[in-house]
Amino acid sequence: MLSAEEWGIVALSLKVGGVAVLATLPLAFALAWVLARYRFPGRLLLDALVHLPLVLPPVVTGWLLLVAFGPLGPIGSRLQDWLGVTLMFRWTGAALAAAIMALPLMVRAMRLSIEGIDRRLEGAARTLGAGRWHAFRTVSLPLALPGVLAALVLGFARSIGEFGATITFVSNIPGETQTLPLAIYSALQVPGAEAMVTRLALLSVALSLGALILSEWLVRRTHAERARHGD
Amino acid sequence: MAIDIDVERRFGASVIGAQFTAEAGLTALFGPSGVGKTSLLNMVAGLLRPDRGHIRIGGRTLFDDATDLPPEARRVGYVFQDGRLFPHRRVKANLLYGWRLADPANRWMTLDEAADFLGIGHLLGRWPQSLSGGEAQRVAIGRALLAAPQILLMDEPLSSLDAARRGDIMTVIERIRDELKVPILYVSHDRAEVDRLATQIVEVGK
Repeated sequence: MLSAEEWGIVALSLKVGGVAVLATLPLAFALAWVLARYRFPGRLLLDALVHLPLVLPPVVTGWLLLVAFGPLGPIGSRLQDWLGVTLMFRWTGAALAAAIMALPLMVRAMRLSIEGIDRRLEGAARTLGAGRWHAFRTVSLPLALPGVLAALVLGFARSIGEFGATITFVSNIPGETQTLPLAIYSALQVPGAEAMVTRLALLSVALSLGALILSEWLVRRTHAERARHGD
Repeated sequence: MAIDIDVERRFGASVIGAQFTAEAGLTALFGPSGVGKTSLLNMVAGLLRPDRGHIRIGGRTLFDDATDLPPEARRVGYVFQDGRLFPHRRVKANLLYGWRLADPANRWMTLDEAADFLGIGHLLGRWPQSLSGGEAQRVAIGRALLAAPQILLMDEPLSSLDAARRGDIMTVIERIRDELKVPILYVSHDRAEVDRLATQIVEVGK
């Protein structure tokens, strides 16, 4: 069905999306937790910053990444000097761009789920002998799990669909940074590649639709569970 | 087991507080709704910090000017008004939650003993959502007992039950008081309930 080249594109997209989402998960969870549980000065600003990639033109996000992570950028030059790591024009850079674009969606999904946890259950765990950390691990985290899974699925779907920030930051290099949407864009420029465009586009639709349905199902499962014990 | 409590906490314009000593048996904190009876239990449990005062139970100081033990170190079993069972754990895992965390030297009841005592052996594999109000309250009592507490706090444990179940649970509470001899702080606004169960009554909010 797909050619070897097309399978390579799919595999790269899955790798970029998977790494982006897994690497972002701890940060996204921490942000979701802080935004859901704490009131502090600057909370509104933090909330806005987290959501910024959702509304900013992706090309601007890409340009900001270029400025920060480029060889002369404040972060990029240090990564290069200290660790010998370059992100620009690499698949890791594509993963970084995808991660930043996926972050707002992931934080939103987990925050909803964390806000839905009955905090009195944590108090109950404490009176039963659980320290803060144990109560978090055995009560809060499992109860937030559907939101975490939904965030993973949504973030992954967003990541493999990322286009603007990616092409700006890491360009469109076959085999290195050319993910599914970038390959579709390239194929559109080539006469006679309509069949390839169609195949890759249908694949995109299927992946995105599957992710949306899966995450919606996970979220509904939480709500159903909550409704069952009358909350 | 001597209980010596003197606490106070300000909430906006009103002050919630109580001062009393009690011996083993069931001490009822009795008073109308809204005078802060539940807040008093939360202070004893360590879920709410008093502004001043002290909480001493059986020679251990849980709270005073120099001490503020976290809830997990207080050995206080808490039976909440609404049961508050963990929805993501089966009955057996709910019961064992505190038992596993307790110091083995402090444990004074096994799962089997608790299940027998409360008549909940047949519920161990069930999910909390599938329990009736009376069943859930029995499991909540068992979960608190198994955590090896020195004292049991009960916050209107009968209020969500129908009349028939109330009688059942009252019998269970009497047996905890008389057979297990666990001291109980019991919050209620129901005179008849308090008259039947209490060995000592502390009027709150007067």
